[in-house]
Amino acid sequence: MTSVEDRPAAEIGQSRRRKEDRHLITGRTNWTDNITLPGMLHLAMLRSPLAHARITSVDTTEAKNRSGVIGVFTGQDFKDVQGSLPCAWAPDGLVNPGTPSIAVDQVNFAGEIVAVVAARSKYEAQDALEAIEIDYDPLPPVLGMEEAVKDGADLVHPGTSSNKIYTWEFESGAAGTGIPIQEALDTAEVTVQRRFIQQRLIPAFMEPRSTVVQPVGDGVTMWSATQIPHILRTLLAATLGLAEHKVRVIAPDVGGGFGGKIAVMPEEVLCTLVARALNKPVKWTESRSESLLSAHHGRDQIQDITITAKKDGTVTGLDVHLYADMGAYNRLFGPSVPVLGAFMYNAIYKFAAYRFVSEGVFTTKTPTDAYRGAGRPEATYAVERIMDELAQELGMDPLELRRKNWIKHEEFPFTTVAGLTYDSGNYEAATAKALELMGWEELKAERDRRRADKDPVQLGLGISTFTEMCGLAPSRILGSLAFGAGGWEHASVRMLATGKVEVVTGASPHGQGHETAFSQIVADKLGVAFDDVEILHGDTQSSPKGLDTYGSRSLAVGGAAIVKAADKVVEKARRIAAHLLEASEDDLEFDKGSFSVKGSPGSSVSMGEIAFATFLGHNLPDGIEPSLDADATYDPVNFSFPHGTHLCAVEVDTDTGFTKIRKYVCVDDVGKPINPLIIEGQVHGGLAQGIAQALYEEAVYDESGNLTTGTFVDYTLPSAADLPSFTTDRNETASTYNDLGVKGVGEAGTIASTPAVINAVVDALRPFGVNDIRMPATPERVWRAVHEASAGGGRAEGGTTAYGGASTTTSDGEGGFLQ
Amino acid sequence: MIPAEFEYTRPATVGDAVSALTAAGEDAKVLAGGQSLIPVLRLRLAYPTTVVDVGRIDEMRGVRDEGDAIVIGAATTHHEVMRDPLVAEHAALLAQATGTVADPQVRHRGTFGGALAHADPAGDLGACALALGCEFVASGPGGERRIPATEFFVDYLTTALNPDEVLTSIRVPKLGAGWSSHYEKFNRVAQAWSIVAVAALVRRENGSIAEARVGLTNMGTTPLRASAVEQALAGADATEAAIGAAAEHAAEGTNAPSDLSGKADYREHLARVLTKRAVLSAAGS
Repeated sequence: MTSVEDRPAAEIGQSRRRKEDRHLITGRTNWTDNITLPGMLHLAMLRSPLAHARITSVDTTEAKNRSGVIGVFTGQDFKDVQGSLPCAWAPDGLVNPGTPSIAVDQVNFAGEIVAVVAARSKYEAQDALEAIEIDYDPLPPVLGMEEAVKDGADLVHPGTSSNKIYTWEFESGAAGTGIPIQEALDTAEVTVQRRFIQQRLIPAFMEPRSTVVQPVGDGVTMWSATQIPHILRTLLAATLGLAEHKVRVIAPDVGGGFGGKIAVMPEEVLCTLVARALNKPVKWTESRSESLLSAHHGRDQIQDITITAKKDGTVTGLDVHLYADMGAYNRLFGPSVPVLGAFMYNAIYKFAAYRFVSEGVFTTKTPTDAYRGAGRPEATYAVERIMDELAQELGMDPLELRRKNWIKHEEFPFTTVAGLTYDSGNYEAATAKALELMGWEELKAERDRRRADKDPVQLGLGISTFTEMCGLAPSRILGSLAFGAGGWEHASVRMLATGKVEVVTGASPHGQGHETAFSQIVADKLGVAFDDVEILHGDTQSSPKGLDTYGSRSLAVGGAAIVKAADKVVEKARRIAAHLLEASEDDLEFDKGSFSVKGSPGSSVSMGEIAFATFLGHNLPDGIEPSLDADATYDPVNFSFPHGTHLCAVEVDTDTGFTKIRKYVCVDDVGKPINPLIIEGQVHGGLAQGIAQALYEEAVYDESGNLTTGTFVDYTLPSAADLPSFTTDRNETASTYNDLGVKGVGEAGTIASTPAVINAVVDALRPFGVNDIRMPATPERVWRAVHEASAGGGRAEGGTTAYGGASTTTSDGEGGFLQ
Repeated sequence: MIPAEFEYTRPATVGDAVSALTAAGEDAKVLAGGQSLIPVLRLRLAYPTTVVDVGRIDEMRGVRDEGDAIVIGAATTHHEVMRDPLVAEHAALLAQATGTVADPQVRHRGTFGGALAHADPAGDLGACALALGCEFVASGPGGERRIPATEFFVDYLTTALNPDEVLTSIRVPKLGAGWSSHYEKFNRVAQAWSIVAVAALVRRENGSIAEARVGLTNMGTTPLRASAVEQALAGADATEAAIGAAAEHAAEGTNAPSDLSGKADYREHLARVLTKRAVLSAAGS
């Protein structure tokens, strides 16, 4: 036996550069659109130009005669076989008229698929779309949520009695988690009410959606740019009546998702139907315009919030009512998105009473579903905004109000008024560090000086002391909330003959860096080199079990599953090591990849040696199978609760309305870090998306129900040139709910940053009598707010340039909500 | 990008380009850097029968000195214009405005003449060309003609160029001594089109403004000159008060669009604010 002298250093906690980036940034990527199969046909989708209409006639004759066209399909062709796209949330009473992949006799949003062309080239497919004749009988568009739920409103779906899909309620008195909300409302010394608008957003992932389907015997192999290959496999089979074991789904390299690729997409179903109908492999890849128009959107809520408090600033009650726009259909998790925020409005504060009511509404717009944070950004925005408004009402410093009401670090674990038990955190420490990094007091002095001087450029300071629930999720909790899926994750660890390690994870990444972080974990747990670990994922044949990547779950759930599988490998190895070392298992210790006999240094055996001995099988203890491999399926005991303090300073040019972020500081507590560099990257990207909601992005529809922001000319994504250099830092309190002590970081920046920015803008504008600003806080809105002491009003609905929308109609007024 | 089908030709000389346009008739389009035409084709907003690619015509590239003017080849890229020493010396306004166009990728592909011929009123170069008094040199079947900037921009996305004409170069008159300039651009994100922008040229004499020229971006269907501002500035003191008073005329005679970035009244306000800033900056006040 040899001893291993050059033991690997601890990998967990190292800022390793991501091992997947070499191929991702050198053009060696395997995107779905790169896949070419022999005889493959190309699909193009014809989409409805109208938001709401009956289809009166369809003529595909000319299109079928076009060069290269192999088939043209309409809703009539697939009406009996397409089933309904699944909705994996089914509370009692949910109105679900079904979701066709291709419209049969009615279209319910502009962009809904009405015909599919299969042709030999993508050019021929696209050209043939123009030869399809469809006549429509227009129906009135249904656009505003409050209008849509009124008695007598035009109905999106015939056969329903209302556009209201569901009402979901939580109330602390009824739930036994606090006092009744009515008591807090009745006894309030101070009450502040606000209406906040979560504008509609577009996830805008970098890689457009793309799907390839190959018919294989009784089933299919599908490659798709998806976040959820495993869920997709099960639900695609269920939707189309295929046998699950005949469906293989592969998510190759996937270029971003942000929730936008959590779907069973209509196009995935249609690719499958066409491939099977023609018995040919097919590919569909969307254009960017198609993506913005028809991939699901996010947010789009009207939030009515009431907070009650005592005069000393002690908060007592929080009463939340939402309208949530589902668009035209209930998509996979769309109706449940508000409910993912339902437990977070109370945030880090000790409310005595809490009520949350969400009403889902159908409109004739693109369906909504998960978008980075899914429910929790909306919750965090509402509570962090109204805490500032309460502070204003009380004449208190907004930071003092938060300090007075937040859970103190010695009070963990703490069960909130929403019934969740937060395991750990230290809001005081994160806040103290953030204030120091910010230079808060100096900035406050400058703000006051500019205010006194009536400087045309005002400084505003914003705070967001956020928490969130992530690491989705304990299966039992999901079950109790009417989700049609659990929240476990699966992992396998396979020891190869040469000591290399294959790790199979069910958490299929789409840009997060799983391969690097998981390799670091396994390297430490097995004591092997980082480069000796290969992470396999994203193919239901090689990684047969999993629940995929969303809700900041991959590390807290998927990583925890890997730890459990690795631990099993070590235990199997221990028996073999004992045999090889001729010692008792109880006398062995395992450290940095080697087993040795306690008290007898020099006698040890490494994992690599054990792996090879196991491969040979020549000399194993009796009754031991020649395998070290192990599986684990881990169901978390709770969510994890990252938190942090985000501070934002903005300069607002009151002459033009332009807002510039002067400084942004955040101190996040995401538990124990596995790879600080990846955490940093996640925070940066998250901040950009959260800031974008505050200042830049909005999906706007015109009065006919057409998406005006149909290109990146009008859907204004910020670039690095528009954002400040972020100052980020961390505080660490370990999660007690998983073996790694990790909490999840994928959504934190997005959840936290939006209210920090808007609180800062409103702070800058307080001298002008402004107490709210609609998002995005465009220069025009800010300018109008300054001049009208308002929230900035509506926006024109037309496009900006030759590449935008055609009309320039406008909609004014505070009441005229455009969503 | 999947445009509708079209014929493609890539002539090597201006003469061949004119021949190709003449042969193709009214539904031909000229392609230079493609930064305006390609998006239009991609979205199938245009269905040209023929695309004439002038991107490889050497005589249409580069900047040369012709005594009283510098001549910028229409197919010179934005990047080349920004870096050109003749442009820096005689038309710093163009270099500065070109540096605000879109992003580095676009500036490496997009061309000076292509952007002007596209005539999007939100484009940054038209207002500068108006203020500088540029002449547009076009070649057609009947030979070459020069079109003054005041006549070049006809309407939204429409110029005085005939369908069989190619814009070959732009003559930029050299400014005499004492001129200085500034381009003040306002947009929501760095790579976006201007919501409003102002090009200001100022000639100072003895502490006051002897002469000023002000061009407006995106305040109508074409780039515009702010004539009332120019008149008010002529002979005015180069003080903030005097310049501010003159800038109050900036929206006169404009016809600003209303769209997602701003309604007309907001644009009119921006025109006044940005004109004041542009002139102050140009005047070094």
